[in-house]
Amino acid sequence: MANDNEIIDNIANKEYEFGFVTDIEMDVAPAGLNEETIRYISAKKNEPDWLLDWRLKGLQAFGRQKLPEWQNFALPTIDFQKISYYAAPKSKKKYDSLDQVDPELLATFEKLGIPLSEQKTLAGVAVDVVFDSVSVTTTYKEKLRELGIIFCSFGEAVREHPELVRKYVGSVVPYSDNIFAALNAAAFSDGSFVYIPKGVRCPMELSTYFRINTENTGQFERTLIIADEGSYVSYLEGCTAPMRDENQLHAAVVELIALENAEIKYSTVQNWYPGDKDGKGGIYNFVTKRGICKGANAKISWTQVETGSAITWKYPSVILQGDNSTGEFYSVAVTRNKQIADTGTKMHHIGRNTRSRIISKGISAGQGQNSYRGLVQIGPKADEARNFTQCDSLLIGDRCGAHTFPYIESKNNTATVEHEATTSKIGEDQIFYLNQRGIDSEKAVALIINGYAREVLNQLPMEFAVEAQKLLSITLEGSVG
Amino acid sequence: MLIIKNLHAEVEGKQILKGINLTVGAGEVHAIMGPNGSGKSSLASVLAGKENYEVTEGEVIFQGKNLLEMSPEVRAREGVFLAFQYPIEIPGVSNINFLKTALAEIRTHKGLPPLDAKEFLRLSKEKQKLVEFDAKLVNRSLNEGFSGGEKKRNEIFQLAMLEPALSILDETDSGLDIDALRIVSKGVNKLRSANNAFIIITHYQRLLEYIVPDFVHVLYNGRIVKSGTKELALELEEKGYDWLKEEAHENAPTI
Ligand SMILES: Nc1ncnc2c1ncn2[C@@H]1O[C@H](COP(=O)(O)OP(=O)(O)OP(=O)(O)O)[C@@H](O)[C@H]1O
Ligand SMILES: [Mg+2]
Repeated sequence: MANDNEIIDNIANKEYEFGFVTDIEMDVAPAGLNEETIRYISAKKNEPDWLLDWRLKGLQAFGRQKLPEWQNFALPTIDFQKISYYAAPKSKKKYDSLDQVDPELLATFEKLGIPLSEQKTLAGVAVDVVFDSVSVTTTYKEKLRELGIIFCSFGEAVREHPELVRKYVGSVVPYSDNIFAALNAAAFSDGSFVYIPKGVRCPMELSTYFRINTENTGQFERTLIIADEGSYVSYLEGCTAPMRDENQLHAAVVELIALENAEIKYSTVQNWYPGDKDGKGGIYNFVTKRGICKGANAKISWTQVETGSAITWKYPSVILQGDNSTGEFYSVAVTRNKQIADTGTKMHHIGRNTRSRIISKGISAGQGQNSYRGLVQIGPKADEARNFTQCDSLLIGDRCGAHTFPYIESKNNTATVEHEATTSKIGEDQIFYLNQRGIDSEKAVALIINGYAREVLNQLPMEFAVEAQKLLSITLEGSVG
Repeated sequence: MLIIKNLHAEVEGKQILKGINLTVGAGEVHAIMGPNGSGKSSLASVLAGKENYEVTEGEVIFQGKNLLEMSPEVRAREGVFLAFQYPIEIPGVSNINFLKTALAEIRTHKGLPPLDAKEFLRLSKEKQKLVEFDAKLVNRSLNEGFSGGEKKRNEIFQLAMLEPALSILDETDSGLDIDALRIVSKGVNKLRSANNAFIIITHYQRLLEYIVPDFVHVLYNGRIVKSGTKELALELEEKGYDWLKEEAHENAPTI
């Protein structure tokens, strides 16, 4: 006898496509987190003293901080002393052109479908690639430089534009912000840096691709994006990691600064290794992302499609300081098998007439647990501030969970805060209806999921929207029997 | 086209279909009537391959093939179409995208290439006109927030688009206003051909005035207890089902 759930009961484990390891000679720092490690990293990178000092302050803050306890999952024990905090492909030489990059590495990115080769970059996306801890290559640099746009690895920015880095690093996410931010400040390896000069509209998508390759390393990159007055940039980050039985920590920090009339659009397609179907292995994705609309009429928009990682734990946030500034957060988070996501956003309304919009779509399958956690904070001076939050959960099967934790703190009674939430299930009836029109169950689920997530996917740059759509379908393949 | 032999099926351990025999030839229209709960929708569901129905006995041959061995989507691609009594809402999936996907699947199954965007649009326009389907509904989410009648008309629009060999209409007339009933019937009549067949489940003789059936069957308690021509429908309208129920009980095989 078929029971009600038979159709949506059979959770298969689709193999993770990007689980291979690249065999390449690496410089790896000895495991452990202490002053010596920090000095080692800083020395490896020939950093100025002020940055070393800043790192050491981060290390001290890390020592003072405790692990949070408010999250909606059991935080696994992480032995910070067992992690290696630095791993880089051995040829430390800076790459001037792609020809100088290790062919093994190029082959890796080829496999990952990252456009690095000349013809592919013609697609019009400038790419920076961070392999383990080091930025490997940045394409299109010349073309961007003509416009005064700086798009390079964090390390290069420290060397070439120290005044900018020094002015803004830690200005949005201070080293003392939380334990993982402190860890990142102390041990960050590399990352991306973007500066868009006044009034310049960046003519192409900027994209960074992160890859963790080496065993027992963490990835602690730092991204800093500054959009000067009246400028615009759209930035995309993607990531994958090999399949390993051990968990790996990814504790990145992203800081966005939008000055008056500037706009930053930051998109993430996160596909770190999620662990196997029993929850073994996978990335702990504990990331601090925050942007500030510093000037009037600034706008910051976060879009994230989160399909990977064993645990995804992050709240891309916006500080709405400038009057009339806007913050947006669009999110699709998928959890299946034993994946956990505790994600959402914080919108801090400080300036007058600031507005924020939050669209969160959680999808849970298998035994996945998906929590939306969001804070909308309206300060006393934020007259006429407005927030709209839409928070939807979709369940596939009945062993998964969806949870929402919306927090609203308003100190201004001229503000309007709206919150809508729905929970729905992909019903057998829906799938049967589509089956009856000739569409098989896998495609039926893909159709339903993509329909459900459309509002968020529409926010992604075109070429990535298509990829994200495919990724969603692949991720949920086998979730419906 | 369709041969149903001694079909028994149960749901949740409860016997619902208790030996259905029915043969539908190409070009024919069969009406199935019968009291509430007699098993009409169940028969439609079993033919369409709904998972929770278990066939315990009997066979169904569709165009020479064993229908019961096929998955629901393969049945659909082979040409079985069910216009649901209660069409399902699927938020976020646009009606037209859904139809494009469905048509592509069916065409692939038949070894035909998918229609390009322009051809598809033209086909869609043509069929909208045929069944007088509101263009505004074409781009909305599939059945989401549609009125009862709009959902029924969407079923017929889909039918027109997918051009199945066998269409089963489960109470498509219920919930349609008088004009809509006429329009839908007109559409169905235009779609009728020597190569396709219709099974029309209805409670009302009125529909059968518009779509004139070749045969009328009465389903009661999981069996076809009476078959006849369109006059039977008139008789039922007049007399109700009680006389048939009594007859059925007298003739029921002892188990
Ligand atoms: N999932 C189910 N579990 C238990 N009983 C069911 C289930 N589905 C259908 N039935 C029962 O099967 C019987 C036949 O139902 P069916 O929907 O086929 O009737 P019908 O002839 O279409 O009736 P109506 O004219 O009201 O549409 C009913 O008694 C119904 O309650
Ligand atoms: Mg019925």
